[in-house]
Amino acid sequence: MSSSDRRQFIKKASVLVGVSLALGLSMATGSASAADFPTAAVSTTGLAVTDKTVTVGILHSATGTMAISETGSIQAEKLAIAQINEMGGVLGRKIEVVQEDGASDWPTFAEKSKKLLESDKVAAVFGCWTSASRKAALPVFEKDNGLLFYPTFYEGLEQSKNVFYTGQEATQQILAGLDWITKEKKAKTFYLIGSDYIWPRTSMKIARKHIEQHLGGKVVGEEYVALGDTQFGSVINKIKLKKPDVIYAAVVGGSNVAWFKQLNAAGLNSKKQTMLTISVTEDEVLGIGGENLEGFYSAMKYFQTLKNPNNDKFVAEFKKAYGENAVIGDVTQAAYLGPWLWKAAVERAGSFDVDKVVVALPGYEMTTAPEGYVKVDANHHLLSKLRIGKWRKDGQADVVYESGLINPDPFPKGYQ
Amino acid sequence: MFGYTMDEVGNIMVMQGFSGLSLFSVLLLMALGLAIIFGQMGVINMAHGEFMMVGAYTAVFMSKLAVKYEMVNSYFVFAIIAAFILAFLIGYLVEYLLIRHLYKRPLDTLLATWGLSLVMQQTFRSSFGAKEVSAELPEWLLGSFKPTADIDIPINGVFVMVLALVVTLGVYFFMFRSRGGLRVRATVQNRVMASAVGINTQKVDRLTFALGCGIAGVSGAAFTTISSTGPTTGSLYIVDSFMVVVFGGAASLMGTIASAFGIAQAQSILQFFMTSSMGKVATLMTIVIILMMRPEGLFASKVRR
Amino acid sequence: MKELSDKLLGGRQGAVGLAILALLLFVVFPLCLDLFRLGLLGKYVTYAFVAVSLVLLWGNGGILSLGQGMFFGLGGYCMAMFLKLEASDPVSTKIQTTPGIPDFMDWNQLTELPWFWLPFKSLPLTLVLVLVVPTLLAFIIGYAMFKRRVGGVYFAIITQAIALILSILIIGQQGYTGGVNGITDLKTMLGWDIRTDSAKYILYFVNAGLLIGCMLLARYILTSKFGMLLLAMRDKEERVRFSGYDVSNFKIFIFCVAAMMSGIGGAMFTLQVGFMSPSFVGIVPSIEMVIFAAVGGRMSLIGAVYGTLLVNFGRTMFSETFPELWLFLMGGLFIAVVMFFPDGLAGIYDKYARKFNIAGVTSKYVAKFSKKAAKMIGEKYE
Repeated sequence: MSSSDRRQFIKKASVLVGVSLALGLSMATGSASAADFPTAAVSTTGLAVTDKTVTVGILHSATGTMAISETGSIQAEKLAIAQINEMGGVLGRKIEVVQEDGASDWPTFAEKSKKLLESDKVAAVFGCWTSASRKAALPVFEKDNGLLFYPTFYEGLEQSKNVFYTGQEATQQILAGLDWITKEKKAKTFYLIGSDYIWPRTSMKIARKHIEQHLGGKVVGEEYVALGDTQFGSVINKIKLKKPDVIYAAVVGGSNVAWFKQLNAAGLNSKKQTMLTISVTEDEVLGIGGENLEGFYSAMKYFQTLKNPNNDKFVAEFKKAYGENAVIGDVTQAAYLGPWLWKAAVERAGSFDVDKVVVALPGYEMTTAPEGYVKVDANHHLLSKLRIGKWRKDGQADVVYESGLINPDPFPKGYQ
Repeated sequence: MFGYTMDEVGNIMVMQGFSGLSLFSVLLLMALGLAIIFGQMGVINMAHGEFMMVGAYTAVFMSKLAVKYEMVNSYFVFAIIAAFILAFLIGYLVEYLLIRHLYKRPLDTLLATWGLSLVMQQTFRSSFGAKEVSAELPEWLLGSFKPTADIDIPINGVFVMVLALVVTLGVYFFMFRSRGGLRVRATVQNRVMASAVGINTQKVDRLTFALGCGIAGVSGAAFTTISSTGPTTGSLYIVDSFMVVVFGGAASLMGTIASAFGIAQAQSILQFFMTSSMGKVATLMTIVIILMMRPEGLFASKVRR
Repeated sequence: MKELSDKLLGGRQGAVGLAILALLLFVVFPLCLDLFRLGLLGKYVTYAFVAVSLVLLWGNGGILSLGQGMFFGLGGYCMAMFLKLEASDPVSTKIQTTPGIPDFMDWNQLTELPWFWLPFKSLPLTLVLVLVVPTLLAFIIGYAMFKRRVGGVYFAIITQAIALILSILIIGQQGYTGGVNGITDLKTMLGWDIRTDSAKYILYFVNAGLLIGCMLLARYILTSKFGMLLLAMRDKEERVRFSGYDVSNFKIFIFCVAAMMSGIGGAMFTLQVGFMSPSFVGIVPSIEMVIFAAVGGRMSLIGAVYGTLLVNFGRTMFSETFPELWLFLMGGLFIAVVMFFPDGLAGIYDKYARKFNIAGVTSKYVAKFSKKAAKMIGEKYE
């Protein structure tokens, strides 16, 4: 963004006051000028806050194997920040972004977090994608008292003062989906399959407990494939032998593509087999191909086809910024929430200080999220709904079910 | 048996047998190009996976064209030919620019080609995007063939199998029934003598390397039907390919076929009875242990060292 | 005495080179870099252990191991297991179903510590295991392979496969190993907080000291009769064998030494970075470490260290500014080094710098400067 653009935005900002009010954001937005909030008062811990600007960090993998997944999050976060700046910024200050590349390498995430927090003194970081990268960066955030907004749906079992989790934790994504498929498809037998690492394993553990103890169903097989493995012949035969009512899948990465292609080729398409997956968003469909997915179900909190005014606007602006062919997956939307939640928290706190922001955010209700209403829970996760999408051939999903608001429960009792 | 009817067990055995065969053809296709380059020339081509991706991206690109000109049903054959040609040409160029300077230092080719693989990965990423892409497949390649009501034979598996057969036969006829192959074998056995009798050994090397890359391209194009296409997908194949070649005994085409067969059956059976990831570990472990006991591989070339 | 110092330092030329490196590591960098950059440097220095080990193994021994990452990883895991046990004392893990075991075990329904974790309750035992575990694995692999005269390309590929197996195993057995996330959230070592600034400084200096120690050891090995044999084996293995030497034993020995050095590097990595994960065990890190050595010069101990530092600094700088270009550059660098500078930076130095007797000139200044610098650093860290 050039500096003349920025000046224009400042001019526009006053016009946008009304808009922002209509959007139900904080009263102070837009109309706030930096003069009302002297720098010395809003930043007491040496963060990079000046009279005109505040610096935040974006930390995702722009290179390496994870770049496939994380690109969407970077785009969404930048879009949100550009929109916030257009509305006048936060406490009258423009947001400036320092973007760092985690390069799909976990120590690099720790290293760059340290740089962002210690050298750049950023007020907040939007970033990390895999659990491994978050786990590596977490001690840095806790030690330097930084603030991280983490967008991915993940396995739970974590709650940190310094992190807000804008994606769903495992129980939010799993329980309601299983309830629905049991009821809707009269499913009794389940076959669980996932990539061999912590997120699928934890998810499957929760799923198994729920199926066996609460739904009266039976798990007839549980299978893990090595990350990156692309041969599913034997696994598919095992599934054929067990004839489960539902395949419950959490396969990721290159394996995911091979899994769906080979499943389809083995005759297990959606006409014959019900499958509910928790690892396919619009982003993955590009690689898998709509024809291989058609008719299968995904459990996510967000789908691009969601019908509501917030989402229509979000999708339109996302496409305007990144091209007509851009697709928006669950994580991309969750990443988009990060900057907005941070802005709201800063304004509620009247300060950029991490300690005050962290206290101010829980309890905040956001009505402008593309996914609809969300609320920040005391445990730093979001209350959100679960949707079931049925994939179409064109790579988009029809939302066939929407749950009520689900409380986040990162340490679920009875599921561990 | 375990609460299943004999019928069911029979059907699964048929399908399991097929998936073993299909894995065999996948491994064979992966390894053939490498077997030629490594076995005949002693060059370790770490960019092998990336050459496969050249083929895969060619197929994806052709499928985009095919959708545009409404030729989805027939383009795949052309895509495979194009994949071969493109990978062949790139291989030819790489040999000329890079490999020919390193024949005396086999371990160094490993490093140089690894560097090459990084460059190629980034090229894919810059030109096709970081995200995985998929080729629009013709209808006749999708779904399954059903000899009885309960047996599904994946058509893409059959396709890969047929292709593996064609390529293997092609390589066989080239190597053992053509003058070109004769020159290649002569060069491998005794470079000095070969050049003394008038064989242009440099040209032979270049063609051999390019041929290996071309075959990698073909297999890459074929794999778009069964797995993913992304900038880093190639690196998933590299260890498996090397294991097949080394296990078979580098200089022997028969060895490569036998070892692909053995590894495929072992992996397919182990993955059926264990979880998939443990099956994979067990297979690799078995190979390593056998290799430690029989370092020259299954079919060692009978050469004094 | 003179003989020993010659052996350790490698004559005047070697001594000067080592002195400059030590000066950089102990004085110049700590003075010039802020703590953040120094932390990064510390991480690179741990990779340099592996690069040095590869100079022994590959440059001088002609044995290319593509599995050094697994030794680095094993050393690192040993240290991480000790630190993790200390971080999971019953008090700080009281919310778990089974307090007193690492959190990831609790999530995976383990109710007691697996037997192979037990030795890591004690620091002395851990330190021994950091050295022994990688060495033992190297011995087993080396014994099986070298006794059967597997070498060259085969050895490279088999070590690569073993590295892959190990990383799949670690990822798959997450109840015992922490899985793909690795062992994270390490805090203290015998009550000493390793995350504080002062601890970072101390660890950095220990790390650099150990590296210099390993280099001295490596130099000693290379200048001894054994080093001569190593070179001879690399160039004409058969002749050495026919002269009555048991080539395989020498190879096993050097492979074990290399593994041990890598293991030390891994343990220091864990201490400096604060976690260990399977992404340092697999194929890619193993190959990258070979590249570090190649860029620096596969024959030169000092060159390998500079190579490691340069490539890593380059990576950090470039990935900050041009993430797209970095892979092109890195790939191009490897190709260029292999094609045009097979002896790496050290080769270039030898070719050009020696002409001007840089070593002789610098040694004077080094002596002068080090006195001054010692004073300065004393003042800074008082």
